[in-house]
Amino acid sequence: MHLPILSILIFLPLLGVGLLLLLDRKNHQVLKGAAFGISLLELAFSLPLWFRFDNGTAAMQFVERHSWIPSYGVSYHLGVDGFSLLLILLTTFLTPLCVLATWTDIQTHVKEFMICLLALMSGMIGVFASLDLFLFYVFWEVMLIPMYLLIGVWGNPARRVYAAIKFFLFTMFGSVLMLVAILVLYFYCGKTTGVYSFDLLRMYGLPIPFHLQYWMFLAFGLAFAIKVPMFPFHTWLPDAHTEAPTVGSVILAAVLLKMGTYGFLRFNMPLFPQAAHYFVPLFSILAIIGIIYGALVSMMQKDLKRLIAFSSVSHLGFVMLGLFTFTITGLQGGLIQMINHGISTGALFLLVGMIYERRHTRMIAEFGGLATPMPIFATIFMIVTLSSIAVPGTNGFVGEFLILLGTFKSNILYGVLAATGVIFSACYMLWMFQRVVWGEVTNVKNRELTDLSLREIAIFVPVLLFILWIGVYPNTFLNKTKATSDNFVAMMEKAQARQVAQSQVPKGEAL
Amino acid sequence: MTLTIPGFHLYSIGPELILTITAIVILLLDALSPSGRKAHFPQLSLLGLAAAAVMTVFMWGIRGTDFARMIYVDNFSLFFYLIFILGTALTVMISRQYLEDYGKNLGEYYALLLFATVGMMLMAASAHLIMLFLGLEVMSIAVYVLAGLFREDPRSNEASLKYLILGSFSSAFLLFGMAFLYGAAGGTLYLDDLPKALMGHTFMQPLTLLAMALLLVGFGFKVASAPFHMWTPDVYEGAPTSVTAFMAVGVKAAAFAAFARVFFLVFLAMKPDWTMLLWIMAVATMTVGNVTALVQTNIKRMLAYSSIAHAGYLLVALVAASQLGAVSLLYYLLAYTLMNLGAFGVVILVGRKKDSYLNIYDYSGLGFQHPALAASMALFMFALAGMPPTAGFVGKFYIFSAAVQSGYIWLAIIGVMNSLVSMYYYLRITVLMYMKPAEADLGPVTFSPGVTTVLAATAAGVLLIGIFPGYLYDLAVNAVKIFPGL
Repeated sequence: MHLPILSILIFLPLLGVGLLLLLDRKNHQVLKGAAFGISLLELAFSLPLWFRFDNGTAAMQFVERHSWIPSYGVSYHLGVDGFSLLLILLTTFLTPLCVLATWTDIQTHVKEFMICLLALMSGMIGVFASLDLFLFYVFWEVMLIPMYLLIGVWGNPARRVYAAIKFFLFTMFGSVLMLVAILVLYFYCGKTTGVYSFDLLRMYGLPIPFHLQYWMFLAFGLAFAIKVPMFPFHTWLPDAHTEAPTVGSVILAAVLLKMGTYGFLRFNMPLFPQAAHYFVPLFSILAIIGIIYGALVSMMQKDLKRLIAFSSVSHLGFVMLGLFTFTITGLQGGLIQMINHGISTGALFLLVGMIYERRHTRMIAEFGGLATPMPIFATIFMIVTLSSIAVPGTNGFVGEFLILLGTFKSNILYGVLAATGVIFSACYMLWMFQRVVWGEVTNVKNRELTDLSLREIAIFVPVLLFILWIGVYPNTFLNKTKATSDNFVAMMEKAQARQVAQSQVPKGEAL
Repeated sequence: MTLTIPGFHLYSIGPELILTITAIVILLLDALSPSGRKAHFPQLSLLGLAAAAVMTVFMWGIRGTDFARMIYVDNFSLFFYLIFILGTALTVMISRQYLEDYGKNLGEYYALLLFATVGMMLMAASAHLIMLFLGLEVMSIAVYVLAGLFREDPRSNEASLKYLILGSFSSAFLLFGMAFLYGAAGGTLYLDDLPKALMGHTFMQPLTLLAMALLLVGFGFKVASAPFHMWTPDVYEGAPTSVTAFMAVGVKAAAFAAFARVFFLVFLAMKPDWTMLLWIMAVATMTVGNVTALVQTNIKRMLAYSSIAHAGYLLVALVAASQLGAVSLLYYLLAYTLMNLGAFGVVILVGRKKDSYLNIYDYSGLGFQHPALAASMALFMFALAGMPPTAGFVGKFYIFSAAVQSGYIWLAIIGVMNSLVSMYYYLRITVLMYMKPAEADLGPVTFSPGVTTVLAATAAGVLLIGIFPGYLYDLAVNAVKIFPGL
């Protein structure tokens, strides 16, 4: 029997929300257990995606299609290809870990917290699986509400409301302009093809005139650039990350930011390929500024979470740079780096959350010599840090190496500039690590810290496994994205060729 | 001289008749029954409304005019009947407990509500400008009285008086416009005949334009659009909360029904003239409404400004002047009726004993003291802000689609930017409910069955027509087929 796996993945968490509503709000263990069970079930349901995925084709797989608002051309259209597969799996993989991580962290309003988490999960999978612009937009917006509540209700009391509203309004700002662009695209598509439809696949390859592509690329691009976040639009990120509860930061860093980069891949570039080529310099330079600026600012942070938040700006800069090379290597690197960043930065936030639970501070200056009281913590922290720096043998290396390789192929200057970011990242991460973990225990309060519990270690076992797996044998993952990437690059090249041809015609006439 | 009375069918004004009779019965019962207050006015009103709704559904699909071509019977007016009936029924349900607290659960109240509804229906159905004016006055006079229901309360008096004076003023504008139109068209006020009559006399065009501008002022006042919105906040704040809810949805919907009918039928040929004007009005209305709502601390006042902003979005649908625009107008008004009445239901519940908790800070901590109440309020706020998957999102989506389709991309951009601004003050309510500790213990909230039903029904409705808008969309498309030019 053919199971509608994607629908199950989207609606199972919502069923879980219904179940949680019925449970007693006072019994925290049961609530957490139920949420954990649902997220594990979700993980189990997502495994067939991995095993039954056909590596050989760039076409959409596991497609589901039902008409939704027929008179308006809106359909419930889901599907997965190499771009979204890994991101969906990353989501289902991280959510159970997040539930585990909240076990002792969240003590107030546990029921509501779990409801938000599950609703968020449903929204995230919906974003990655939708192939209809209307459906995509619905998920894209809906997902803001649980995240907003996570930051605002369970965040750091001092500035959580500010951070939550800032997060919400920033993201909304980009999205509403994207909505207008979606509408313009819809009517353009309807007028030229005669079929009014929000179906994304139908819009691929539509010959849109350049000036329209230009504006729509910018409108979509703004929404995604804010989410990534690219350099001038990143200011919501440190606030949201710092004020959010640990799990909020993990999901935000690991999955939500990927929606921006994914949006570029799924919408911006294939829909407006000529504009995409036109904007390569702008976006590459912004990406490079992000890489270097993010790294420099992280170096000066006193707060661990803020440091990691700015490092995200830097890492996501690499991803964007890779995607905008339009080469197979750069693209593959960007894709794998999206997963890497999700795993390593997610793990870093979890680690910071664990020491925050013990010490109720995240100031680097408060720590020092943690290796003595917490050896297991220190070991895990070190591996994750190395992965974040992209040391060979860890996952980060594969991603950054491929991205740099792709960038050097397309533009040496960009490559050289971006490569300095690798050095900076080693600086700020290692310096932070040195101040927090190595050396003598300088603060008396740190002497009595307990090491990680079994539950906490259990969270990191799968994480470390993937860090090494991707680092040592990335082909398992690269194979999944290969066909889609090949197809994508070919499509972009064709579009560029067409553009060149078009731009040469009038010149010839003029001569 | 013999007077011939043209033939007519009472069937054509069935819903209006039913409501009028119900209202009169209520008045009689109120006066005659010895037990006086014990009569079940709300139930009786609901019964009448239900009968009117059934009648409307049965009439669906008929198309024609009746009563010497004074009224239309068509899907457009029937669709609006349903919106009015829904709005009134929900208002009746949220009123009882609230009025009893004030000792004002009077028969007149329900009778006036029903009379106002009859007026709205006549406005939506009018095929002649005089008919339109009669409908408008039937509605307005009832609402003037309703706004002043709390005689002892100076704010209610102020609201009533302000509304009366400014309302009469705007009615005068409307009448003046009609008079000019009568002259310009050479002696007809039938909506069907006007377009042709106006075409015939090109030298009359300045007069026609003047008439149009005056009509625009009159309608602009009733829908609370800038720059004719000044009355709204004071009246909405001072009037009894249930009446405010009624005004915000019913009166606005009725005014938009007449507005759309007149402009889409009579002035369609002069589209370039009025779309430009409405464009400016729409932008001004949205912006003034949203920006001013940002700084309000009284929840009723905030909702008043938000209702001004919504009038702005609805004007965008008129500017589009297309079939999709008309459809989005109908859909949005229905959605707005649900979400706004839901929000006012929460305001009534939280306000409690004689509206003592109307400050937005009274909502602090509500989220964890009364989770269901707060969740429904949050839903209505997100719906008003236009977040999916609510009806508010689909409504805005249709409206801005219509704008983009007609080429008003900048208007759509200004519109979405405005909904971004509005997001802030709607979010603020959720911030207070979920992210701030209660300033004082809120104490028990009495969940009266009427309001609870309204909250459950509107919340379900907002989600239902937000997630499955297809059926209503088709219905609305059916309803706007009467505008041949669109």
